[in-house]
Amino acid sequence: MFLTTKKLYLKLFTSTFKLSLFTFGGGYVIITLMKDKFVDELGWIDEKEMLDIVAIAQSAPGIIAVNTSILLGYRLAGIRGALLCVLGTVLPPLLVMTGVSLIYEVLRDDPNVRYVMFGLRAGIAAVMTDAVIKMAVNVTKVRKVFAVTVMLIAFILGFVFDINVIFLILGAGVVGLFAAYSDRIFRWMGRKRG
Amino acid sequence: MIVLLLKLFAVFFQIGLFSFGGGYASLPLIQSNVVDVHKWISAEEMLDLISISQMTPGPIGINTATFVGTRIAGIPGSVFATLGLVTPSVIIVLLLSWLYYRYRKLRVVDAVLSGVRPAVVAMIASAALTILLAVIFPGSDGGILSFTMSMVKSADFIAIGIFVAALVIMRKFKLNPILVMLGSGLAGFILYKFL
Repeated sequence: MFLTTKKLYLKLFTSTFKLSLFTFGGGYVIITLMKDKFVDELGWIDEKEMLDIVAIAQSAPGIIAVNTSILLGYRLAGIRGALLCVLGTVLPPLLVMTGVSLIYEVLRDDPNVRYVMFGLRAGIAAVMTDAVIKMAVNVTKVRKVFAVTVMLIAFILGFVFDINVIFLILGAGVVGLFAAYSDRIFRWMGRKRG
Repeated sequence: MIVLLLKLFAVFFQIGLFSFGGGYASLPLIQSNVVDVHKWISAEEMLDLISISQMTPGPIGINTATFVGTRIAGIPGSVFATLGLVTPSVIIVLLLSWLYYRYRKLRVVDAVLSGVRPAVVAMIASAALTILLAVIFPGSDGGILSFTMSMVKSADFIAIGIFVAALVIMRKFKLNPILVMLGSGLAGFILYKFL
């Protein structure tokens, strides 16, 4: 990274501020946008690391968007970076919400607002689909069969059976551990029996 | 006043500490604290708050903290409630970050993460599909099990058109996602209003 510290701080704050300002919908939407910004556009973090960051953010209590921005900020500029990213993520909803709660009835009843929201949500779905395609291609580049299997099973458990995210992460971690050490585990079991 | 601000901080600290899984998973916890125990807002206001959150940017947790804080103690209230909500995350996640960057090169940690990564992609895919289904079939709740023919008949073709156009533009021209989203909002306004 060839930015001065001050410029890096500023960039972290403005990036997270902008992303948070334009994120409608849940935590996964902003995570997708953060990945687009920090992995694809700026190239500051590689995609594997980003997926690790998302997994950690989900395993910790609190808001996923805030947790992800803490990890990103810490990685790029230490504790100060983490705090700046939190500020960038929290400030837009804080400001907007204070204003909106005053004119809520107007917003709720105006059909024009609803039209924009419908279009916006279709756009969000497209942005997320695009990111998912890219990530799925990259994550299955090495050890294809293993990665595709874990991905499919996790998807079915999460989407169809509504299994809690934290159990999915824990389970996938155990599966990863088992896959890496299976030869040793089997050998150990064989020795016990023999 | 100071007592009230500290109380807001403490209650939202507790919500932040115990809400796992993010977003709507934390709503029952918020509701029980804010509506039932402390009676800071009514149940109807809570519903309004959820619909406002869908129309405004940012995580629903922050929106709730701001809304309740403003109601109870003005702008200082919103600041204290929001600070309370994010403080547990800052402490815990910073600790986890430090551990991750210290130990991620270990073979054991790498093995665990190699299983976790595809699962994370699957979770984001699941969230994307939930949003997509809600966009295409406005009557559905996003779950695949509740799928019926009447829902298929209610498909929103304008939304499908915007989705496909936006996806093609994203994949072909690698346009900035924020621009794509703003363009989609504009397209929605024009198409829904005049078609």
